[in-house]
Parts: sequence; structure tokens; C-alpha cells
Amino acid sequence: MAYQIKIPEFEGPFDLLLHLIKENEINIYDIPITKIAEEYLKYIEMMEMLDLDVAGEFIVMAATLIHIKSKMLLPKEEAEVIEEDPRLALVRQLLEYKRFKEVAGKLTIFEDKQKNIFTREIPEFEEEEEYIEATLFDLLKAFRGILQYLPKGEVIELSREEVSVTQKINEILDKLEINSNIEFIKLFESKSSKQEMIATFLAILELVRLRLIVVLQSKLFDEIRIFKTENTLDDIVLTGVNYA
Amino acid sequence: MLKKTTGEIKPIIETLLFVSNQPISEEKICEILELDDKKLARQAIVELQMEYEMSGRAISIVEIAGGFLINTKPQYAEYIKRLYKSKVIARLSRQALETVSIIVYKQPITRLEIESIRGVNVGGVLETLLERKLIKIRGRKDTIGRPLLYGTTNDFLQYFGLKDLTELPKLEEIPETIQDTEAKKEVKE
Repeated sequence: MAYQIKIPEFEGPFDLLLHLIKENEINIYDIPITKIAEEYLKYIEMMEMLDLDVAGEFIVMAATLIHIKSKMLLPKEEAEVIEEDPRLALVRQLLEYKRFKEVAGKLTIFEDKQKNIFTREIPEFEEEEEYIEATLFDLLKAFRGILQYLPKGEVIELSREEVSVTQKINEILDKLEINSNIEFIKLFESKSSKQEMIATFLAILELVRLRLIVVLQSKLFDEIRIFKTENTLDDIVLTGVNYA
Repeated sequence: MLKKTTGEIKPIIETLLFVSNQPISEEKICEILELDDKKLARQAIVELQMEYEMSGRAISIVEIAGGFLINTKPQYAEYIKRLYKSKVIARLSRQALETVSIIVYKQPITRLEIESIRGVNVGGVLETLLERKLIKIRGRKDTIGRPLLYGTTNDFLQYFGLKDLTELPKLEEIPETIQDTEAKKEVKE
């Protein structure tokens, strides 16, 4: 953490102005603008010297002060409409800001009091995801649900793509390499054909039989997910089963 | 519906207050207890409050943020802090306090309006306050750019231990004189 110099914290230009007014015991309704502007600028110089980040707002206020000062210096032409004191707008702003600083002080008192009062901790009714092993029936039900989304009526298959169960097995295992578990329906992409879907489904069944995956169902959401087991395909391939 | 007595509903209300860390409103209590009579609910709560007070219980039932809540008493704060060891209870920064002070009195208010009072950018502070749920977005102002309007929340009341906003002093009652808050702080520390 960078070392920060603690000059009285002036968060904004109003803060600084109020500080200068207080320090110099100035009547806020009659601010000697030349003096204040001078001191204000000195402060900004100091802040810059100390390498403090002087926010744009401070510069804007400096300009405002100089503007007011120049207005005050203009000779007043007599018999003209009495103009508002150029300081008035600033004074109003300062007073309003100061009022809210007071409010903040009041709130701190409430805060202090409340900080020593405690309520109970939030009871944790966490919705823990509990999984149970899905049965073949669960899988069939889910699969039937997926098949229902296939476009009904005439399906024109332009090219008959041969999709083997082996291919699907590898696809699923590849996916499980990336994520430790996959949602059951995510394995059935909407674009695939019925034949492909059946191949996927058979692949899942085969993987379960080979204990390469487990199919679990969340009690709460009824959602079926496929989880990788610790077994690998290499353990199995040696047995030379052919799924084509 | 059978007329219930306070004796019957008191333990139920006490149970509800015990399990909740949010203030429960009278309406909510009536809804849960299927009571038509809000007066009865209040009477039961007042009786409970008295019982707690009379028997010197360490906890009390307070009215806060539009409802009732079981609280510990401030004089035992020290021991709770010991229990939770070094957990420092984060206070709001001065910027956050000043900003929320403006919002609570001027709501609904836009960011620009807050900035014109504070004279500084308040973007970051607003985010903190929103995150802590002390303020919320109340809609958009019907003006150029349709800026967001901010207002305080129930959590604000709870945070500052207020029943409702009327517990805050009226803005006009807050003196304009320059009060030496800085010096006061030093004395306290």
C-alpha cells in the first residue's frame, strides 16, 4: 500500500472550504473571497507538492473562486439593478453540504449504537444438491422426453450419416475430460438426428455398464447428470470389446 | 375462526422472532398466524417485550425497520466480539455516510443531484451502498438522459436501528452553525 499523508481529509472542495472558513473564524455569510481563494490555492499547491491526487473538482472550485473574486472587484455601477452577491450561490451550497455533514454525524451515532447490537445469524437452509443414482427407468424417461423435441413429420435425411456407438462413447468421454460432469440432456444436441440420439443413449448405457461413468439424479431438481468415474477407457480397451 | 388469546399466540410469535434475522412485520405475523386482529398481535408482542424486560433476559425484542426483531443488548457486545475474535465490524466510510445522508432526505434523487451537494464524484460510493443494500434504485427521473433515482431501503433502517424514517431528525431542525465535528471525534477517541 502506498503511503498516504494524512492532512485533514478533504474529500472534496466543499470540505476544504469549510475547513478554511472554520480555521480562519470566518463568517460564512461574509466570506473574504480574496483571502479564501488565496488559501485555497495554497492548499492545492501543497496537495500537488505532496503528490496527492488533486481531483478535478478541486480545480473547478478554484476557478469558481477566482470567478467570484473577479466579479467582486468589478466596480458597481450605481442606479443599476442590484445584483445578487456573487458569493451567495456558493454560500448556499456550502450550507447545504454542511447540513448533510451534520446528518452524517447523527447517523454515525445511530450506527455506533447499532453496531453493538446483534441479531441471530442467518439460519442456513441451504439447498444442498443431493444426488441419487438414476435408474434405467429414469434414463429412459429422460430420453423419451428428449425425443419428443425432435421435429415431427417428415424428416428429410439428405445424407445418411453413420454414427457409431463407439464414436459417441469417445465424444462423451472427451467432454468429461473438460468437465467433471455434464447434464444428461446436454449430450443430445438439438440438431442431431434420431439415429444419432439413439447412438448417444446407447453409448451412455454402455459407459455405465463399463463403470466409466455414473448417472446421478438430483433429488431436488430431477436433473440427471453424468459423472466421470475414476476408471479410464484404457482399463477397458484391453478387453477388446467392439461396439460398432 | 376461533378467537385466539395472546397466551396462545405469544409462544408462536416468540418462535418466529427467534428464527428470523430479519425484522418481521405485524402484517407478516398476522398472516402466518391467520389472525384478523392486528391489535392482538401487537398486544402479544408488547407482552413478550415486557416479559423479556422484567425477567432480565439478555436479549430483547425491538421494533425496527417496520417489524420486530430479537436483538442482543449493547452491554454484552464485548463478549460477542470475543466469541468471534478478531472480526472487525466494518463501519461505513465518511463518504458513504455523507452520501446516504443526502439520499435519505432527498430521495428519490439522482447521482448528479447528490454530486452537486457533495461537490465530488459519488459513483464508487453509490456502488458500495447498493452492494450493502442500504440504497436501491427507485426508477428513473423523467428528464434528459432519464437518470437513475436512488432511495434508501429497509436494510438502511435496520442498519441504523430505526423503526422508520420519521425517527430521523427533520432536516430543518439540524443546525446550520458550524459544529466542530472534527474536534468532537478527537475527544471521543
